Amino acid sequence: MQRYSGFGLVKHALSHHENWERQWRNPTPKKQYDVIIVGGGGHGLATAYYLAKEFGVKNVAVIEKGWLGGGNTARNTTIVRSNYLWDEAAALYEHSMKLWEGLSQDLNYNVMFSQRGVLNLGHTLQDMRDIQRRVNANRLNGIDGEVLDAKGVQELVPIMDCSKNARYPVMGASWQPRAGVARHDAVAWGYARGADAHGVDILQQTEVTGFKIRDGQIYGVHTNRGDIEAKTVGCVTAGNSSVLAKMGGFNLPLESHPLQALVSEPIKPILDTVVMSNHVHGYVSQSDKGDLVIGAGIDGYTGYGQRGSYPTVEHTLQAIVEMFPIFSRVRMNRQWGGIVDTCPDACPIISKTPVKGLYFNCGWGTGGFKATPGSGHVFAASLAKGQMHPIAEPFSMFRFHSGALIDEHGAAGVAH
Amino acid sequence: MFYIYCPYCGEHREEEEFHPKGQAHIERPKDPEACSDEEWGDYLFFRDNPRGVHHEMWVHAAGCRKFFNMTRHTVSYEILETYKMGEQPSITADSQTQTREGAAVSQQEGVRA
Repeated sequence: MQRYSGFGLVKHALSHHENWERQWRNPTPKKQYDVIIVGGGGHGLATAYYLAKEFGVKNVAVIEKGWLGGGNTARNTTIVRSNYLWDEAAALYEHSMKLWEGLSQDLNYNVMFSQRGVLNLGHTLQDMRDIQRRVNANRLNGIDGEVLDAKGVQELVPIMDCSKNARYPVMGASWQPRAGVARHDAVAWGYARGADAHGVDILQQTEVTGFKIRDGQIYGVHTNRGDIEAKTVGCVTAGNSSVLAKMGGFNLPLESHPLQALVSEPIKPILDTVVMSNHVHGYVSQSDKGDLVIGAGIDGYTGYGQRGSYPTVEHTLQAIVEMFPIFSRVRMNRQWGGIVDTCPDACPIISKTPVKGLYFNCGWGTGGFKATPGSGHVFAASLAKGQMHPIAEPFSMFRFHSGALIDEHGAAGVAH
Repeated sequence: MFYIYCPYCGEHREEEEFHPKGQAHIERPKDPEACSDEEWGDYLFFRDNPRGVHHEMWVHAAGCRKFFNMTRHTVSYEILETYKMGEQPSITADSQTQTREGAAVSQQEGVRA
């Protein structure tokens, strides 16, 4: 792999940037691998990267039916934070946050991780009590957090309507300064390039059509490019996880919903942090390009169509304009939907399954992007050792039978 | 935007009057105390979540406020029928694959999207 550096940039400038090497190969599938990862999004590529780099499993294939990072990795609003309430979730997201903090150096790829802080607004007395409880829990878990009052919020974000005249006056917020945003495409591409450099085969335009299972043990997958064998298969397929689970002969406690997002036309720098509100239900940040990146809640019905309904978009923008009257005449540029696999307790599933050797990493719902490095890391550790990583352990799919749920609806950001 | 026929009101209304309420035809175990943990967990949390024909409940929240059932394709989002509570669907995944190439449609959609 050609390392990127300032010097390299100058060198390539001399040849008019025409000789950059390809970031990853486009190999033909081998007949057999040690581990197959199904799904070439951020989480899948991160899993492959850490498998090869940290756990010494280099004979790995990532199978992707479309193109890399073409699903939710490319469709999310890029918010990264770790201020979750429960110990299990906090451990997982904070593990991820720590990896984020060194990710660009680790990958030799600028993922544009910008720790500009995240505000979670409170608009009612109960909101504020929940925020206090969550920030206290965060601090006990070694996660940074502060409770701000309305004045503190106004100082951070002068353009927000924090007056008493607002329909839902801002009473305060939780503030995580280490949180922020990252460049979503770069995350997928950086992991792909890193994984490829460690010998991982990335197979795009390859769709898994079934699993090869004998005596309750997986030994390969059927694809549209022929059968590929592996004794360990990890599925990281987000919205399509239920479909793959059915191929394996079991059900998951997931429902796939459209989650919409939209960006405005690019405007001059006006918002230098991330603002989220559960109560009026929307979140917004400004990208480096200048467009406002806006999202809110899922469409309530299940769907795989990667698009949602207009009333949801309208509600989202109502919330944003409620918080930021100054944005009322900003024009929206693009709007899209992704398919999020929501779990009943708003926490993911990183788990063994009834099929031996078949693992699932799914159920991230509306908040998977922030967990990309941590999810990949603990999933890779679990696949390599055949035993779940201690951080992943509580996220077993069997918790929905045992009752050991991790109810993160409060900290999952917005309605889930 | 869905344009939904409420089987109780007998007319088409806009989506905003309705709320989706999840998978239909889930039967509560007759004797919950006798359920194993698996059976009870399956009943509470595990859902079909199909990529294709789906039977689901909706409520006409800003209308007659009654629950009813809908058969809808989860990729094309086409509403195939709505029917009252207690009734059975006339269109199912099996009947769909016979009458039209639902699977082919969903696969194409998936690739294009």
